[in-house]
Amino acid sequence: MVGFKFPESIKSRPVYGTLSVKSGVDHLMIADGEGAEAIIRLAKLNKNFIEKSHIIYIPKHTKSIFVDQLKELMPGQLYLGPSYPASVSRIRQALNNAKMGLQVYLAGTEGLIGQAQNECMSSGVPHTAIQTEHCGSVARRMQCVHCKGITEDVIMDPFICIHCGLNLFIRDHYSRRLAAFQGVCIDAEDPGNVPDAVELYK
Amino acid sequence: MTIQFNDESFRGEYTFTNSDHAIKRFPFPFHEDSYMYAVNMEQHQGGPEGSIYEKRFDVDEHYVSEMYDRKLVLTEDPLRCQSLPHMVMAGWDLLELIMVSKAEDYPDLFELHRDGANWRWVNKPLSIDQSFVFLDETTLPYGPMEYITRQTQGDFCILDQRNDNLWMDAGMVTTQADWSLDFDIGMNFFEWHAPVPKAHEMGIFIRALKFLLSIQQGTPARRLNWTMTVNPLLDTSPENYHKWGVQKRTLTPENIGQKQYLRVELQTFFRLPRSNALVFPIRCYLINLEDLVSVPKWARRLHRVIRDLPIELATYKGFIDNRPMILDYLAPFDDGQPTSDGVWPD
Repeated sequence: MVGFKFPESIKSRPVYGTLSVKSGVDHLMIADGEGAEAIIRLAKLNKNFIEKSHIIYIPKHTKSIFVDQLKELMPGQLYLGPSYPASVSRIRQALNNAKMGLQVYLAGTEGLIGQAQNECMSSGVPHTAIQTEHCGSVARRMQCVHCKGITEDVIMDPFICIHCGLNLFIRDHYSRRLAAFQGVCIDAEDPGNVPDAVELYK
Repeated sequence: MTIQFNDESFRGEYTFTNSDHAIKRFPFPFHEDSYMYAVNMEQHQGGPEGSIYEKRFDVDEHYVSEMYDRKLVLTEDPLRCQSLPHMVMAGWDLLELIMVSKAEDYPDLFELHRDGANWRWVNKPLSIDQSFVFLDETTLPYGPMEYITRQTQGDFCILDQRNDNLWMDAGMVTTQADWSLDFDIGMNFFEWHAPVPKAHEMGIFIRALKFLLSIQQGTPARRLNWTMTVNPLLDTSPENYHKWGVQKRTLTPENIGQKQYLRVELQTFFRLPRSNALVFPIRCYLINLEDLVSVPKWARRLHRVIRDLPIELATYKGFIDNRPMILDYLAPFDDGQPTSDGVWPD
């Protein structure tokens, strides 16, 4: 599998790597959609750590495509969540119960990685100690700088804020604390003058 | 009192004005006829008498009205003032620094009486007389940072220092040049400057950070930054950009002299004693073109700087569309004569 190569950008934009197994007493893996492929690849490289792994997986549009493969890995614990918000309490509990030496692996969309990383940071795991790998959709999680509302899975630029209805353009400026990129009104100076939306990176 | 405070507004009717005295002491930011990013730091240890550099925290004729404008912003959007939980001590450090400085520098306006931890703060221009216990938050109406920055002109960022970096972990930001504290809080020095074009490649931020990390107590530093703003609007925040952005289109050749402002930030940096944080006040000064061209050297120079500014910078500073009209206004004041070195009027 070849991941999407993000073009070079400004310094607040997150950079993702490729997951690799690190030694640890426990392994927490959080993934959505095609992120399952990164976990499966990792488990095939090293079978010893998988029984000490807790996998929290949100299939999203991939539905059951990767579910059987994940079950066959025989992880210590596997949870299938219907959405990220539905999974948050499980993620928090896993982090609250974690011991020193926990390794964290995040794989999937930028929205999943950002939000899960935020939960880890809130539990005292420094962001530099968390492995991430981007897989699947290049859609972004956006904060409207005006109303502060979050719009998930934004793929077109500009887009309409689902909270306040303003036309927003997508900046590369990223906040780890909000796990979101910044959306700014595109027609503030000339109301109604909104260019046609273009798919990100196209 | 020695300063006559204006009763003026930075919104609505925009009744803001600069007196002749304020024009004369305006911090014109260009020491030569061109501009490019530079770290341009100098020690903040006073300056010429009457200049904005003379005192640690300059108080001018706009003080009372600026504080009222801040109150309006905070009432509408309390997220402009935020502090991460580990920054409370830095807030007390800042409160002490400002109270001590202002009481020493403006004894006719401010008084600080200290008896151990029992402090009494008197702010005559704002009619405040507050007794409180230092380091006891319950004895003040707001947290220490918010309390004192509601009484001090300029935005304030408090930067925590760790891992050889500075982290924007607290701030009071209501007069900002288009950046969001709510978005940037918690970021490190490189991350919050990420949207600035060119300066990263030029190594500006690496050099600036190195300088800032080594600032010691008692040796504050300062630099100027600048942009252009239509109308004397202090709150040019991204939060409200959808409300004020349209004002940029209201310039005409007839009104540009009154409505187009040069916006200069006096940025200062002080090390705080207990927290080892760095406080970064960003004080905004506004002057419209009509007042600015009353100083012939500034008129000539501003014309040359704006004319020759690289496109990326004019775009980032948000006046690329209005640049031709600004130049048309300034050109008649530029007779081609050489200008003297430095920022001061001839």
